[in-house]
Amino acid sequence: MFMGYSLGDLGSILAMQGFAGLVLFSVFVLMALGLAIIFGQMGVINMAHGEFMILGAYVTFLCSRLFAAYLPGAFALYFFLAIILAFCASGLLGMAVEWALIRHLYKRPLDTLLATWGLSLILQQVYRSIFGAREVGVELPGWMMGSTHLTEQIEIPINGLIVMVLTTLITLAVYLLIFRAGWGRQVRAVTQNRAMASAVGIDTERVDRLTYGLGCGIAGIAGSAFTMIGSTSPTAGQLYIVDTFLVVVFGGAQSLIGTIASAFTISQARSTMEFFLSGSMAQVLVLLSVVGILMLRPQGLFVLKVRR
Amino acid sequence: MTESSFSRKDMIAVLIFAAFILIVLPLALEPFRLNLVGKYLTYGFVGLGLVLCWGDAGILSLGQGIFFGLGGYCMAMFLKLEASTPAATKIQSTPGIPDFMDWNQLTALPWFWRPFHSLAFTIAAVPLVPALLAFVIGLAMFKRRVGGTYFAIITQAIAAILTILIIGQQGYTGGVNGITDLRTLLGWDIRTDHAKLVLYFISGGLLIACLLLAQLVRRSKLGRILVAMREREDRVRFSGYDVANFKIFVFCAAAALAGIGGAMFTLQVGFMSPSFVGIVPSIELVIFTAVGGRTSLLGALYGTLLVNWAKTTFSEDLPQLWLLAMGALFIAVVVAFPNGLAGLVQENVAPLLARLRPRLRPVPSATVDAPKQGAVR
Repeated sequence: MFMGYSLGDLGSILAMQGFAGLVLFSVFVLMALGLAIIFGQMGVINMAHGEFMILGAYVTFLCSRLFAAYLPGAFALYFFLAIILAFCASGLLGMAVEWALIRHLYKRPLDTLLATWGLSLILQQVYRSIFGAREVGVELPGWMMGSTHLTEQIEIPINGLIVMVLTTLITLAVYLLIFRAGWGRQVRAVTQNRAMASAVGIDTERVDRLTYGLGCGIAGIAGSAFTMIGSTSPTAGQLYIVDTFLVVVFGGAQSLIGTIASAFTISQARSTMEFFLSGSMAQVLVLLSVVGILMLRPQGLFVLKVRR
Repeated sequence: MTESSFSRKDMIAVLIFAAFILIVLPLALEPFRLNLVGKYLTYGFVGLGLVLCWGDAGILSLGQGIFFGLGGYCMAMFLKLEASTPAATKIQSTPGIPDFMDWNQLTALPWFWRPFHSLAFTIAAVPLVPALLAFVIGLAMFKRRVGGTYFAIITQAIAAILTILIIGQQGYTGGVNGITDLRTLLGWDIRTDHAKLVLYFISGGLLIACLLLAQLVRRSKLGRILVAMREREDRVRFSGYDVANFKIFVFCAAAALAGIGGAMFTLQVGFMSPSFVGIVPSIELVIFTAVGGRTSLLGALYGTLLVNWAKTTFSEDLPQLWLLAMGALFIAVVVAFPNGLAGLVQENVAPLLARLRPRLRPVPSATVDAPKQGAVR
């Protein structure tokens, strides 16, 4: 498969595919961060995570339309407002779902999987009724389009760069929130030992609800980022959910570093191979090797000791 | 079949079900509807497997579509080879191979298609190929004590892999359209109304045979160990049982049942495609069982018939409502009725019957206890 490329060509192919992989990696990380927080802390498998992401994407889409119609002067800046709104919309919906549905199922993790799958079907149908079944694309402001040339052969799209910067910022914020803030200390306490945390006076129900909301909100931001690399449709979230779960499981469910590392490995492997093989075969090979590695090391790459 | 393994009440329930699908439905429905019911019955095989695997042993597999599809593809490959005789395909550039291979510039039959010239091999492969894959997956997972949610996610990933593979390898598998245009089984045209009726009865008979077999497993000591594993896996292990082996067994059995269902599906419907393999159909198969009752074999069968009937009716009249209704059904069943229809019947109808007919006391059943909520993993 390497036939017919010179060494320099190969280098720039690797660099550009590597960058494409980085953009995919960014969306994966944003999706997987939320999922890992929810799965790691509450043991809840959120099959509707993709739909929370798509909610963020639709909010971004609405924002771009509204700005184009009423505030064309500020169109260049709509994206930042869209991110905040997407976070709030998905986060609030997540908290509502936790209150109405998830909190009744904490002792039955397999059932949360089925219930959230039902939720995802409902959300998909709601999106389809409101926005139509056709894909919608978001119009980007001018300064986000185009690409920069690093060397003659390597060019890098600007919107990809923005997605990456965004991901870095969000990841940092999550890190600070979980590992430096007082609230994060409560979250970690609940993760490590729910009964003890509750005994020392932490309101575990409130922590659960906020954590679920935070996870879903990050998915909403992922949706905002997603609009730049793909078009939004009611079922687009479902395409990502299995990949994202594999990312989380592969990294070790309780470890944020593990999640980031495995998202990096999987997305890089996939986009590099996609250039040489067909897209579907690349996906099959990556998924197969992930499943294979998980069979050898079921607890994931990075493990945190947790008392159950 | 000894007295102890089948109570009279069970036998009556099975007989009622048999009479329902073999006598009542064929008399009451027109051929088109009956053929649809025949299709639903093939999902029933998967339901039986899920009751054993998920309801009893507590292993949720979200990849039953894999095994359903493998069984179906085995049968479809045989039928396709029979339909692609050199005489029937003489306009192709390579006569004698299936049409989609010719369209994809293949010039010879791939090696894994060759054995499917033989019907005996195909009939053996229908349960064995899914069971073999299940054995490999089970061996790798259960021996390393992977279970619960991890197992569910990994089966799901395998379902995704298989779908992508089938769609991607168009020349070998027929791609996204699947294997279509199946005509005869040993010269017997399977497309006529009469053939569909015969196939319906074969499906029904096979389903009842599998039902009795599954019942036998559940009423044996093996069935009790499975339930014990669901409730307290550690204690079963400490009692000296190799938990992994029992899990592998029940997962393989469920896979074999799903394979048989898939093969009957191919015969009944006349084609097989990757849309019955992936994640969405796999989860739908689970929900049929959940609605009917995950701890009741007959409940799962009635649930499968009911949900599919509702699906067909809804999608004919109000297609946009179907997804909403199905989602709501998922949530309602999981949150409010974890034991499904069978649980409702057991709680409400059974005491009523017992009061009406005092001689027919409810027999204490060991294996159909509802799972205790805290212990399900």
